[in-house]
Amino acid sequence: MPSLGADMEAGTLVEWLVKPGDAVKRGDVVAVVETAKGAIEIEIFHDGTIGELVAAPGSTVPVGGVLARLGDGSVTAVPAARPAAAPEPARASPAPEPRRPPPAGTRARATPAARQRAASLGVALDGLQRTGVDGAICLADLSQAAKPAPRRGGFDPKAMRAAIAAAMARSKREIPHYYLSLSVDVTATLGWLDRTNAGRAPPDRLLPAVLLLRATALALAGTPELNGFWEDGAFRPGDGVHVGWAVALRGGGLVAPAIRNADRLGLDELMAALRDVVGRARGGGLRGSELTDPTVTVTSLGDRGAESVLPIITPPQVATIGFGRVMERPWVVDGAVLPRRIVTVTLAGDHRATDGHRGGLLLARIEALLQTPEVP
Amino acid sequence: MSARMTYREACRQAIRDAILADPRVFLMGEDVGRYGGCYAVTKGLMEELGEDRIRDTPLSENTLAGVAVGAAMAGMRPILEIMTVNFSLLALDQIVNSAATIPHMSGGQFAVPLVIRMATGAGRQLAAQHSHSLEGWYAHVPGLRILAPATVADARFMLAAALADPNPVLIFEHVMLYNAEGEIPDGIRSVDIARAAVRRAGGDVTIVTYGGSLPKALAAADMLAAEGISAEVIDLRVLRPLDMETVAASLARTRRVVIVDEGWKAGSLSAEIMARIMEDAFWDLDAPVRRVCAAEVPMPYAAHLEQAALPQPEGIAAAARALVKPP
Repeated sequence: MPSLGADMEAGTLVEWLVKPGDAVKRGDVVAVVETAKGAIEIEIFHDGTIGELVAAPGSTVPVGGVLARLGDGSVTAVPAARPAAAPEPARASPAPEPRRPPPAGTRARATPAARQRAASLGVALDGLQRTGVDGAICLADLSQAAKPAPRRGGFDPKAMRAAIAAAMARSKREIPHYYLSLSVDVTATLGWLDRTNAGRAPPDRLLPAVLLLRATALALAGTPELNGFWEDGAFRPGDGVHVGWAVALRGGGLVAPAIRNADRLGLDELMAALRDVVGRARGGGLRGSELTDPTVTVTSLGDRGAESVLPIITPPQVATIGFGRVMERPWVVDGAVLPRRIVTVTLAGDHRATDGHRGGLLLARIEALLQTPEVP
Repeated sequence: MSARMTYREACRQAIRDAILADPRVFLMGEDVGRYGGCYAVTKGLMEELGEDRIRDTPLSENTLAGVAVGAAMAGMRPILEIMTVNFSLLALDQIVNSAATIPHMSGGQFAVPLVIRMATGAGRQLAAQHSHSLEGWYAHVPGLRILAPATVADARFMLAAALADPNPVLIFEHVMLYNAEGEIPDGIRSVDIARAAVRRAGGDVTIVTYGGSLPKALAAADMLAAEGISAEVIDLRVLRPLDMETVAASLARTRRVVIVDEGWKAGSLSAEIMARIMEDAFWDLDAPVRRVCAAEVPMPYAAHLEQAALPQPEGIAAAARALVKPP
């Protein structure tokens, strides 16, 4: 079971998309796994032949647990997490082990049989019904909880909230954030966009967000110190600018799938990529790599958002860039006060990895790039 | 053809058969001869088998237990009847210090192929000094095998198996069972003295018991069945060594257990069974282990108080019900 984020502890296998004997190559989608972030397609990271499918659909497998084995028997743990995506080595233990009980006093009262079954299922005891003797969690309560894996495409808002809580709490606990902001005049850019869109059919039109995304990606390519990961006390640059685009989900929750090599995509390609990941984030069907690939996160509050955002960094990334709502403001241009369309771009940086000077350079680059959207 | 008889008659036939089958076997005890036994088990046997084989003894439990141990060491196969477990306390020294230890102390030079029968239990308004269930005390002692026949078939055939054992075996006959009638199924000519028996199969909760409490546990299972709760009833049969395999196998299916024992709870056989369940079957448990035992009081004389102090079907059913359908 790959780690699809620092906050993930376990995933529920929804279905296998391969069977024993199938030849697979690296990158093939082999299974669908339900996580707090919805149903995710899991890619295999080795070429080979599927041997044994160890996990049964419906079972919950802790991160690092074995889902399947490759056929030749020499390689184990097939869809393993990419090393880069496993920021906490402790989670990489090869076999699911019974959970250690929480400290005394907070221990959920559960029968030995229920505790054993929960451990083997990887189900947490907290929050389960307690219909046993003396108000204990008994086997019946667990079979209730272990019932059908969530349907593909859905996600559990409670679990997602818990996952976000864990990731954000960890971020605020560990990452010394610094914040910079810059108000950028985007009047010219948006004017260009309006003219461009005027000549296009509605499905082909570009959203302002794609301009912000492209400028940010290009700026990051020139500021690699802010594009990567803080791991084991050192910075590791990303192997490309893979922008995690924050998508708010209907019904609450948030997911930031990667748009890979966003700095190398033209505006139309970026627009297509944006539509694709937003659609799949909301409808289910994200790939596991899309959750683990981002080297940086960008959040845009859009038309109805606040004026600016001071974002929290997603560990183990080292930066998050935020865009507020585009507002019409009185702005001084060449000595005159004029109405201009202004967007406030903010940076939350990990002060362990970079200093404010570097962050300031990034914001300045974004500002400059936003003046010339038409440059390919 | 199956035979129907009382538990008392089964005990009597077992003794008669044993004496007729082996010239080394004889029965000794207080009032076992002319009087026919205080529970009338040996009625008529002295007349039939003679005074050498059915021997009346003085009222001196430790002495006659010593005589029985000596006879066993010398090659006889004595059956010693101690009137009740209450009086066996006077013979504890010979039973615990001699019978149980001599094979060990003599480095195997002496076997003690002795069988001691005694009545046990309450329910006949015999008050605090004549109503003990102390078989659990004897089950504490290595070197002894402890049997508790609860059915007519076990009463009929456990004695022969006990006599065949080269080591001392104690047989506890519950006073309330003597009048009970039962069938000995066709073809049954012997029983083992090693394993517990599932007397009623069930899937929701296991009731572990033995001896005089077995009929009460079965009655409780009937009550539970009427409510849709399926109780499995295990008759331990052998109190030492305990057959925990049978108990654990049942628990693996039912995951809930009530132990019923007419002994007191503290430091008891029921406590030992609980402990063994914790050691052997802990992870199978889906509810706490419960016990239904005698109240921690000297047994009252008054009938209603005596009944209140003893395990009863209603209490057993209530304990099981609370495990299956928590209030």
